[in-house]
Amino acid sequence: MTLIDKKFNRRSFLKVSTLAGGGMMLSFSWLAGCRPTPEQVLTMPKEWFEINSYIKIGENGAVTLFNPNPEFGSNVKTSLPMILAEELDVDWKNVFVEQADFYPERFDRQFTGGSQGIRSGWKPLRTAGATARQLLVNAASQTWNVPVGEITTNAGIVEHKGSGKKAGYGELASLAGTLEAPDPETVKLKDISDFKIIGNSKKNVDGTKIVTGKPMFAMDHKVEGMKYAAIVHPPAFGMKIKSFDKSSVTSMPGIQDAFEVKIFKDDYGRNFFDTTTFPEIIAIVGYSTWEVLQAKKNLKVEWEKAPDSTFPMAGRGGQNMDIKVPGGLENSASHKEKMAEYITKPGNVQRKDGDPESAFKSASRVLERTYTAPFLAHNTMEPMNCFADVNIDRAVIYGPTQAPESIMNTLSSSLGLPKENIQINLARMGGGFGRRAYSHHMTEAALISQKMQAPVKMVYTREDDMSAGVYRPTYSATYRAALDDDNNLLALHVKAGGIPESPLHANRFPAGAIDNYLAESWQIESNITIGAFRAPRSNFIAGAEQSFLDELAEEMGKDPIDFRLELLKRAETNPVGKDNDYDPKRYAGVLELVREKSNWDSAKADIHRGVSAYFCHNSYVAEVVEITIKDNQPVVENVFAAVDCGIVVNPDAAANMGEGAIVDGIGNAFYGEMAFENGVPTKSNFDTYRMIRHKEAPKKIEVHFVQNNESPTGLGEPLFPPVFAALGNSLYKATGKRLYDQPFQPQLIDMKNLRM
Amino acid sequence: MAQYNLTINGKSLNVDVDPSTPMLWVLRDHLDLVGTKFGCGIAQCGACTIHLDGNAVRSCQLPVSAAENAEITTIEGISEKGDHPVQKAWLEHDVPQCGYCQAGQIMSATALLKSNPSPSDEDIDNAMNGNICRCGTYTRIKAAIKTAAKSA
Repeated sequence: MTLIDKKFNRRSFLKVSTLAGGGMMLSFSWLAGCRPTPEQVLTMPKEWFEINSYIKIGENGAVTLFNPNPEFGSNVKTSLPMILAEELDVDWKNVFVEQADFYPERFDRQFTGGSQGIRSGWKPLRTAGATARQLLVNAASQTWNVPVGEITTNAGIVEHKGSGKKAGYGELASLAGTLEAPDPETVKLKDISDFKIIGNSKKNVDGTKIVTGKPMFAMDHKVEGMKYAAIVHPPAFGMKIKSFDKSSVTSMPGIQDAFEVKIFKDDYGRNFFDTTTFPEIIAIVGYSTWEVLQAKKNLKVEWEKAPDSTFPMAGRGGQNMDIKVPGGLENSASHKEKMAEYITKPGNVQRKDGDPESAFKSASRVLERTYTAPFLAHNTMEPMNCFADVNIDRAVIYGPTQAPESIMNTLSSSLGLPKENIQINLARMGGGFGRRAYSHHMTEAALISQKMQAPVKMVYTREDDMSAGVYRPTYSATYRAALDDDNNLLALHVKAGGIPESPLHANRFPAGAIDNYLAESWQIESNITIGAFRAPRSNFIAGAEQSFLDELAEEMGKDPIDFRLELLKRAETNPVGKDNDYDPKRYAGVLELVREKSNWDSAKADIHRGVSAYFCHNSYVAEVVEITIKDNQPVVENVFAAVDCGIVVNPDAAANMGEGAIVDGIGNAFYGEMAFENGVPTKSNFDTYRMIRHKEAPKKIEVHFVQNNESPTGLGEPLFPPVFAALGNSLYKATGKRLYDQPFQPQLIDMKNLRM
Repeated sequence: MAQYNLTINGKSLNVDVDPSTPMLWVLRDHLDLVGTKFGCGIAQCGACTIHLDGNAVRSCQLPVSAAENAEITTIEGISEKGDHPVQKAWLEHDVPQCGYCQAGQIMSATALLKSNPSPSDEDIDNAMNGNICRCGTYTRIKAAIKTAAKSA
């Protein structure tokens, strides 16, 4: 993916209201989103002046800031505008925030994923805010005929102290909007010590709308004459449509039509985010959701086995390459057998330091452990859905997507419309977790609307959503450690793989801390569609690695935090190899902080503790989980997290997301599992797919941030991977049994006598 | 199809739908009250929670034919200005992440506090266990319920 543009898109900072489609900036949610409440100091202005793509200022000083990125719950809609507001130098209480729709000519990187929103937005948004502030200063300079250098700003007021002149931003906005934008590279940014908004928690700008049930999601959208659509997809991976009987549903009440939808054109070269579980589905269209859902149950379809197939994938040079999809109906039991077989075979060497083979031969003891985890379904609370209004030459799509840019080419190809005639509007998402980076649901809705030549809202049922997943892969990792008679660690070997990808990050810790190190990977092909799931790959390998280090520390007679710190000291002072992609000092910093905050060095009665630490998405996290045993079952009491993600823009919202990641990790570690029988997902709703619920959530979660002035790094994902091992290690302390296979809960039920 | 006269948020409203239609879809598709959310369709997630005569029920399992002659309250109706103590507590604790499940959480919480103004942690766990939050805001939800209990 080339979504991150290193160089600023200068257009973003220019006045662009003359561009085609400029009027659409005020999207249909504008009025609903901006209706002022009595608490708001400023009311809606009579006129808005566009300062640049991100910023409009009203004549009364009210400010509208556009959030460029799709919102799926990470609160970018509050945090990204806070960065703009900081450099623009306005009072937050005068700010209205509006969700931008997809306008790549106006905004950089409208993508939510990879924990990169704040990190990638940091410099461009600061620059956009500072550029707008500079324009207001320039407008004052011109109006008052005083030098730019003598003008100061503060909270939406421009001032020239020498002459005593003062004006609100609103008074200068109309002129500022006509001035030529300064070169963004020359605009001065604030000193971090002068920040007033960044670092001071602001409430979710959509909080009131959420708690009062206002329409915010694509699922809530409705227009005059809109039809409702349901889909029917094959019941199993490895199956496809043979034929279906349209008349089995078209005579039902409220049903208008049923037809096959083929999502891709044959010659279309797919991109990385075009993953689509079933490229051919059946659509049922009618006059209400309930009626199309009833028809869905009645539809008579014949399925057949899909043979081996290929599809074209767009290569970097523009030429397509063929991607193979194996036929066959797969089973979790045979997946496990195959993975066990690959563990015993040589893998692909990804990194080798020193002479691990000799070290293992000379070892007096070898500790070897294998860890596994199953496929996982994302299970966003809002099932896949999308609104589309496609007519003969134009398409408007309003849907939940993390990656509008990635679906634009697909839409253009599948609809046979030029991109300029397709408008993607960004709905708030009822969760994402990686799932909505794959936006095939938008293409499906668009094709259904095109066929009907009418506005359509397509809705997946929970069963559709769960059983046509783009799942987290199933993984396995085997760790081996070589020890000598004096308990010195001679070598470490990791061999990790999965179906259909390996979770290995060969250059991450503990690489760089061990003289003799070997990392190998393997993978097994499959027709089960997989994709990004909160902290892809890290969400498994962290648990395996950190569980193994815990067991290894015990084997070596060391405290688990001390042992990690020793390794990190080695990586800092005398690193092995050159490609270690972590900073050992910052890594050690979070372990030190979690040790302090959890009172690690003082044992607590009846509390069983486990620790874990991991680096991913450019951030460092260490976590301690504390459990007790009640009624012979573990209860998670407290979780302490220490995080180094640089400057934290919106601390309370950041803590909220961290708490959520911890709950998510505990839930998936205990319960998360998707399995397959003859290609059929064994779970399709929450009666069988076990989610963490209120009772199982930790009683208390503390998220502590390392205070520093580093530029911000990722946050939505990094708190998720470490919790698996912190929990597993605490369960070992409580039960005396190490858990190697996720999910944990079925094994705990079998354990009759948990240690108290 | 059949005519139904319903009392929703204190208003009398008429719909003409199939008797089997769940209140969830009557609210969302026919009455434009979309705060009540579709999550699972089998009463396992709580996103569609409404009040039927003051009790929290899953509207995906409540056919319209069983909702006549009852007082129905949805998220849009628990306060006129969004200032119910539970709503205020939700804002104070900045509970929501994606926000999709929160209407259902709030409906379960308001029903709980009505019948039990000072719930214990266990009471909260029991009353709220049917409401899944995929973003994992459970600890904030519990804190907000306690705040609302104090202020009510």
